[in-house]
Amino acid sequence: MKLGRASVAAWLVSLTNASRAEYGFDLPQPQSSVAQTAYDLHVIVLWVCLIIFAVVFGAMFYALFKHRRSLGHAAHPFHESTTVEVIWTLVPILILVGLAWPATQAVLAQKDTGNPDLTVKVTGYQWKWEYDYLQEGVRYMSNIATPRAQIDNQAAKGEHYLLEVDEPLVVPVGKKVRVLLTSNDVIHAWWVPALGVKQDAIPGFIRDTWFRADGVGTFRGQCAELCGVNHAFMPIVVEVKSPDDYQTWLADKKQRLVAAQAAGASAADKTWSDAELRARGEQVYLANCAACHQPDGQGIPNVFPALGGSKVVTGPAGNHLMVVLNGRPGTAMAAFKEQLDDLELAAVVSYQRTAWGNAGGTVQPAAVKAMRQ
Amino acid sequence: MNAPGTGNANARVRERLLWLALVMFGFAFAMVPLYRVFCDITGINRDEAQVLAINTQVDTSRLVLVQLLANVEDAAQWRLNAPAAAIPAHPGELIQVDFELENLADRAVSGHAVASYAPAVAARYFRKIECFCFREQHLAARERRVLPVMFVLDRQIPPDLGVVTLSYAFFRQVKT
Amino acid sequence: MNPSMDTPMDKPLTDPHDAGHHAAPAGLWRWLTTTNHKDIGSLYLWFAAAMFLIGGLMAMVIRAELFQPGLQVVQPDLFNQLTTLHGLIMIFGVIMPAFTGFANWQIPLMIGAPDMAFPRMNNWSFWLLPVAATFLIGSLFLPGGAVSGGWTMYPPLYLQGGISYDLTIFAIHIMGASSIMGAINIITTILNLRAPGMRMMKMPMFVWTWLITAYLLIAVMPVLAGAVTMLLADRNFGTHFFDAAGGGDPVLFQHIFWFFGHPEVYILILPAFGIVSTVIPTFARKPLFGYRSMVYATASIAILSFIVWGHHMFTVGMPAGMQLFFMYATMLIAVPTGVKVFNWVVTLWKGSISFETAMLFALAFVFLFTIGGFSGLVLAMVPVDVQLQDTYYVVAHFHYVLVTGALFSIFAGLYYWLPKWTGHMIDERWGRWHFWLSAISVNVLFFPMHFLGLAGMPRRIPDYALQFADFNRIASLGGFVFGASQILLLVVIVKCIRGGEPAPARAWDGAEGLEWTLTSPPPYHSFAKPPEVR
Repeated sequence: MKLGRASVAAWLVSLTNASRAEYGFDLPQPQSSVAQTAYDLHVIVLWVCLIIFAVVFGAMFYALFKHRRSLGHAAHPFHESTTVEVIWTLVPILILVGLAWPATQAVLAQKDTGNPDLTVKVTGYQWKWEYDYLQEGVRYMSNIATPRAQIDNQAAKGEHYLLEVDEPLVVPVGKKVRVLLTSNDVIHAWWVPALGVKQDAIPGFIRDTWFRADGVGTFRGQCAELCGVNHAFMPIVVEVKSPDDYQTWLADKKQRLVAAQAAGASAADKTWSDAELRARGEQVYLANCAACHQPDGQGIPNVFPALGGSKVVTGPAGNHLMVVLNGRPGTAMAAFKEQLDDLELAAVVSYQRTAWGNAGGTVQPAAVKAMRQ
Repeated sequence: MNAPGTGNANARVRERLLWLALVMFGFAFAMVPLYRVFCDITGINRDEAQVLAINTQVDTSRLVLVQLLANVEDAAQWRLNAPAAAIPAHPGELIQVDFELENLADRAVSGHAVASYAPAVAARYFRKIECFCFREQHLAARERRVLPVMFVLDRQIPPDLGVVTLSYAFFRQVKT
Repeated sequence: MNPSMDTPMDKPLTDPHDAGHHAAPAGLWRWLTTTNHKDIGSLYLWFAAAMFLIGGLMAMVIRAELFQPGLQVVQPDLFNQLTTLHGLIMIFGVIMPAFTGFANWQIPLMIGAPDMAFPRMNNWSFWLLPVAATFLIGSLFLPGGAVSGGWTMYPPLYLQGGISYDLTIFAIHIMGASSIMGAINIITTILNLRAPGMRMMKMPMFVWTWLITAYLLIAVMPVLAGAVTMLLADRNFGTHFFDAAGGGDPVLFQHIFWFFGHPEVYILILPAFGIVSTVIPTFARKPLFGYRSMVYATASIAILSFIVWGHHMFTVGMPAGMQLFFMYATMLIAVPTGVKVFNWVVTLWKGSISFETAMLFALAFVFLFTIGGFSGLVLAMVPVDVQLQDTYYVVAHFHYVLVTGALFSIFAGLYYWLPKWTGHMIDERWGRWHFWLSAISVNVLFFPMHFLGLAGMPRRIPDYALQFADFNRIASLGGFVFGASQILLLVVIVKCIRGGEPAPARAWDGAEGLEWTLTSPPPYHSFAKPPEVR
């Protein structure tokens, strides 16, 4: 098994252009025991298939070259042989049993989520992920960080095009991380190839899986279950850090969350200028709303409503705010009450009401705070 | 095949095959209760009260960490709080945890919770005596209510299940 | 065929005033009202060809968008509509109707029957199809566009869509009804209308595979109908079969869907086995090796197909025990499938082989379908499948099975039987061009997708990360050539219909079977007097 892997790897290296280190033919270099087992198993199956392939099609091509009419070969009309048929029924069964054995071991290992060092709850949203460190009380959203302009070919694409996020999942190296998965709307699937983890996130139900990263590094993946129009744009980034770095990150993150909350609370009591609200609102809009309603506020006809000239956006501020706070159940419009703070909500609503030719007024965070009550 | 009976024979075959199609159409719907039964046997998504085994000795030799999760579909309307992120429990021990449900709206609302377990096999070892997920919850405007859950972890729970998750997803009542 | 015989056969559905069809009316009316199995067979095949063009054009747009990273040709919303419709059209509009077309033409000729058992129902089951296709494709032009939730229609995503989602469910109901009627017709024909002496174990392999396929159709199309009916109810009538909020479970839909879906895969491939098992012996000039084991293998594949559906759902989070059960059952299917491949290879062994276009496509089928079979074995292993589920590896796998498998067998069948149907030999030179261009480009198109999947590219995405760019460009180029090559097929067919070297009754010197005892083309009403089978 080890030998097989080494020789396949060597063969791959010989084929792979050195200048394209990232360019993959094969499963990514495994970074966890689960991924390693899957990798090894794939190599075994591949070899078994290649050998059978060579034998069967060796015979077929021999016949095609030697037993052709143009060479004057006459047909031998035999058409039965019980012995041969029994043999080629039994031999594959034996091969399959041989394959099933390691696969069974691997399944059982993959399913063993017991005794984790750390549990993270992952919630899928259309179209972002939320990470919740249950023991730590740390919870945040992870959005795609690739600028829209790159997707629309208006800017050069970055190295990690479509595989970069604003806030990655951070885990310590060598620790068993149990991932609890659920979804807030439709079915998503959380997948990081290098770590060998893929699990559907199902609304209303909780599922679990696990991984233990072997080394530090950044590992990237994507949502693997069609979840609507922006399915291609909800990547996953896992940053594996040394235990010390992880602790530092955690402490820092906690501090930042507390600070943000405090800032949010004080921001809510302050009165902001229109320009400040609009500037902040544009950022919030591009991060949270533009995926559907588009950066130009024109939406996608018949799929996502335009906000420029929209009845809701140009109507009373209270109704507008209500929709943003609570979403529209049964549609892709999510409730942002829990995702954004008072200032962000006020800013984004203000931006929408004053951009793209809309002539409404701005909304102060205090109004949002009042509406939350 | 020119015999006058062929037409009838054909109609007979057709009739039988139509019945088969009809039965299979019914089977699709039968899969709904069958799935429930299957989930019940394997323990996935079990939502009924369990009969408590009389002989409940507590296995004090080990502790299982029970993680408690609360999810609400409609965060603007409800708040569901777990009493703690996780509680330790001895197998066989009767555990009570109090979830807290709060109606944030200015009007009465109804809803119910769906329980879910991870890993899925853990469901088999949860013996729930009392759970708010057994029935519909009706809350007056801005009401806050304590919802107790009483359960025993079966002593048969395998030792490698050191951490199990009990999760509730709360849904507003949907019009039927 | 004599009318007094037709009427009692068709009694339950027949208007008593409408007896035979001696003088076939001309023009459009003839095609609308025809109850002749040859006419209806041709209608099915032309319908499949038209859908192949539409579904193929969608594939071209998809490949154009995926030609390079970034969004160029279509926006994600339209992209999802195109992938969804491409899947539905190719499965329900191309492969299934094409095989039904072959069944209509060939089964009565092969078993010595004058026509199908229920000619009027036959007309019905065909004419439902264009109606369904109109709903499906027409929904592209409705507000909100066509369905975009994938051909698998998973809720809750499917519950979010607009009016076209309901229309699609309706279209699926109609196509299901059509398939069930077609299957009833085929089973009854095979069971009751065989010529004297045509015992079951003497039937041509193609007839056997279709008999088993028809039973699968009757068993699972109603299950699909049930599943989409539940979706319809969830969408419009306030039920909660698949909605956790109402006590349902979205995963339940996947179980019901794949209970249909896996046998459906074999509905799409068993008739292909039948065609290939007919073509290979003809051009190897040897009888099919292991006829009996071929029949048993087909039947066991059909039975096993009912207990493997879970392998489409290895990542939903089922208990380990279920994963193992579905893994073992899936691996077991490799055994009868292997038996078939071995039988074909040994049929070639010590034959007197020649390489007419039909034979070339049949040989390519054996070779390339087996690649699809091997990737199926790789995917059966749960830990590997967890990595590959919902990636381009799966896309590569099922396109090897359905394009180089099912579709290539349809090409083989066309090249093989067109001389019989039209009375003209095909233009082998054009046919060979069609074959070589298709066979090479199809591999350029689909083989790199294995690498894309292994390297981590999810399926159903309109845009992808930069490390997938090169293989996608290669695949797209292969796709464009493959698409363009199909124009050659059309040329060959049209040339063959309009003229060419006259075909003798036995168009191929190695061909066996009742159809070759008739003139080419066969008379409009053939076997009015049943033939004697030794």
